[in-house]
Amino acid sequence: MSDVMDGQPGDMVLRLAGISKSFGPLKANDGISFALKRGEVLALLGENGAGKTTLMNILFGHYVADAGEITAFGRTLPPGKPSAALDAGIGMVHQHFTLADNLTVLDNIVLGTQSLWSWRQQGAAARQRVAQLAADFGLAINPDARVSDLSVGERQRVEILKALYRNARILILDEPTAVLTPQESEGLFATLEKLVARGLAIIFISHKLHEVLAVSDRVLVLRQGRLVAERKTEGATRQELAELMVGRPIPIPKVEPQAVGPELVKLAAITVAGSHGRNELEAVDLTLHEGEIFGIAGVSGNGQAALAELLSGLVPASAGTFMLFGEKVGDADAAAMVGRGVGRIPEDRHAVGLIGDMSITENMISERYRERPFSRHHLIDWQAARSFAEGIIAGFDVRCPGPQATARLLSGGNMQKLILGREMAGNPKLILAAQPTRGLDIGAVGYVHEQLLRARKRGAGILLISEDLDELLTLSDRIAIIYRGQLSAPMTRAEFSVQQIGLMMAGHGFAGAHHAA
Amino acid sequence: MDLPGRIMRLEPRLETPWVLWLAAPAAAIGTSLLIAALLVLWSGADPFGVFGLVIKGALGSQFAIFETLTRATPLIFTGLAAAVAFRARLWNIGGEAQFYGGAIMAALLGTGLLPLPAPVLIPVLLLAGALAGAALLLGPTLMKTRFGVDEVVTTLLLNFIILLFVSFLLEGPLKDPMGMGWPQSRKVIEAAQLPKIIAGKRLHLGFALALAMAALVWFINTRTIHGYEMRAVGFNARAARFAGMKVDWVMVKVALLSGGLAAMAGVSEVIGLKGNLTLDLSPGFGYAGIVVAMLAMLHPLGVVAAAIFVAAMFVGADAMSRQAGVPSYIAQVMVATALLTMVVGMLFTRFRLRWR
Repeated sequence: MSDVMDGQPGDMVLRLAGISKSFGPLKANDGISFALKRGEVLALLGENGAGKTTLMNILFGHYVADAGEITAFGRTLPPGKPSAALDAGIGMVHQHFTLADNLTVLDNIVLGTQSLWSWRQQGAAARQRVAQLAADFGLAINPDARVSDLSVGERQRVEILKALYRNARILILDEPTAVLTPQESEGLFATLEKLVARGLAIIFISHKLHEVLAVSDRVLVLRQGRLVAERKTEGATRQELAELMVGRPIPIPKVEPQAVGPELVKLAAITVAGSHGRNELEAVDLTLHEGEIFGIAGVSGNGQAALAELLSGLVPASAGTFMLFGEKVGDADAAAMVGRGVGRIPEDRHAVGLIGDMSITENMISERYRERPFSRHHLIDWQAARSFAEGIIAGFDVRCPGPQATARLLSGGNMQKLILGREMAGNPKLILAAQPTRGLDIGAVGYVHEQLLRARKRGAGILLISEDLDELLTLSDRIAIIYRGQLSAPMTRAEFSVQQIGLMMAGHGFAGAHHAA
Repeated sequence: MDLPGRIMRLEPRLETPWVLWLAAPAAAIGTSLLIAALLVLWSGADPFGVFGLVIKGALGSQFAIFETLTRATPLIFTGLAAAVAFRARLWNIGGEAQFYGGAIMAALLGTGLLPLPAPVLIPVLLLAGALAGAALLLGPTLMKTRFGVDEVVTTLLLNFIILLFVSFLLEGPLKDPMGMGWPQSRKVIEAAQLPKIIAGKRLHLGFALALAMAALVWFINTRTIHGYEMRAVGFNARAARFAGMKVDWVMVKVALLSGGLAAMAGVSEVIGLKGNLTLDLSPGFGYAGIVVAMLAMLHPLGVVAAAIFVAAMFVGADAMSRQAGVPSYIAQVMVATALLTMVVGMLFTRFRLRWR
């Protein structure tokens, strides 16, 4: 603890010199050099595949760099030794938390730092140290709470405490706000300020520009493995950083107001039962019209999955009425949903949207292989399937070696284009888009948005489920907030307010929400 | 980087070069031969001499070749059964039970209960046997899809249950009254016997039927919507379900096909070769089918080649042990190590080894 106080602000704590790493022909990192100073927040900005993850893996000894050297606090880190970075005082908070849900906060923090034999004896000392750290950095948390009972924001606090408990003096946060509400993000930023004030140095990895501008002192932009720019945050603009990150100018999607048509979907008091006696959806009412984009905002895990599965025909409603195109929907039947004209873009394109080990052709017919022209009398017409796939590849600008290419070899953006192509092929009247741009780079995000807006223009109704508030605010005609399986009344475009939506994402205004304030 | 930094690691391959699909089984077989050679050396014999005798015993004469193909026949059926099931990730370890399920039907219906002419009786016996085998796999499959019961456990345990049931039948209802007390059934009637492919040899029509089944499975896999569904479910059941496939129903289809194929091996052995049901009708054909399917990388036409290879090992080793004094168990060691080396070989089709 005391060593955090050592040294002067501005001392160099970490230096990367000429880090290069290739995977076959791909240069994941190409001569990256930078230094991190005590008491600063350094943002590492870059799209997927820009080399951020590779660089962090090298820093933590998971990969060995082809060239270059890493120095922490004046000492060179031996390459390929994961323990070296930890011993040197570098801590990481991953995007997906690495906590044991069934243990208490204290157990999680202490886990792995003590010999198994001395655990009980040192319990009191550990408890005191955690309390001290929590008080010092304003990370209030009950040490005896079970992690499974904590909110996502609280879990992140435990992760940070865990790193501090291990004497981290350099803290790396990988996309830390991806799972937080706007208010929780604010709380995190306040914590970061306290940390740097106490002499820590922070690397903040993100592709969200407004956050980078809000928290960092300096921004490094990575593109295609190279460090393309370094900017003082003061004076940098969003547009400038975005163009540095992508390498070309970025168009902003335009949503033109249009009159909505008749009702497509009507959910009335829909309840979907969950596995542990808890309902995934609780008396949800929702109406979606032709030619409108209806956004569902919410922190992940509040019932979005159940809503998407209901509309995908994967789970049945346990109570309530589900009207689709004026007809009542009963049992869950995915094939019937496709047949009725519902285009479904699933949340997880790798595990649900595509079958990675099958070819593009095989994936493109997966919803329609029973019908002509793809099959006749149980025999598949591969010729027809192939030309259908070729049409999608050409029409949706999919970069791939050809229709016989294995789906898992494609990038996330190209996978999503394939799924879009498959779903749009039937000119669906209703489109369910669950997290359609998560993890995509800016170019692909723009493409997906353009396709959704085009579908809206031709009169399709779109249910857009997203955790990206910017995306929802840009595209939606109306937005409702989902919280613990309940859906709020929708607000129209004129009523949109980030503040209000953020509060509701945290449960304000919902029945049964328990809140401190 | 300096020497201490050298680490061996596996990196996923983006694409598998087609040569590897042939090189992997070849290398696996080569490695298993090498391991067997060490054992032969240990037992004090000359490995080259011993392997020479194995090859001669398996392929060195017309008699040897027919013997090998006869032995390969049930292995093609059980190999196909495993390949079909494994492709859909239905881990059917119960080939042995399904084999005996088919054999029981042949002994039950083929020993005079159905006085039909051969062109009718033989298809009836094959169909009845296949249905019995399918039923034996259907139970574990439904328990898997309905209740999540692990089919590895249920199908494996069924093997012992069915073997005990055969033992009960051979001591009771199906016991041959003229069998001098041996646990065996009566011989099947003449109309139930599969014709020989060449008069006077042991090779019977079951072999041709096995080849036809391999072709049929290949056709189902590559050309029909059913094969497409089975592969899709095997690769990614969640995605298949999302696309609208009835995953449970696909599993049932897989079970019927796989169980039916394994059972045809049992029918074919009773009505093509042995003539009656005994407790040692199968020297582990059901289990060996798993090795065959793995060596074939689950490809139905590869199953034919792998089955002939495994059969050659067994037949050749029998002949060798009579001359060289090395126990014929060496064949089982080789087939078993071939399974293990094949699993490693399959790893290299998906990953590459990197030193860094």
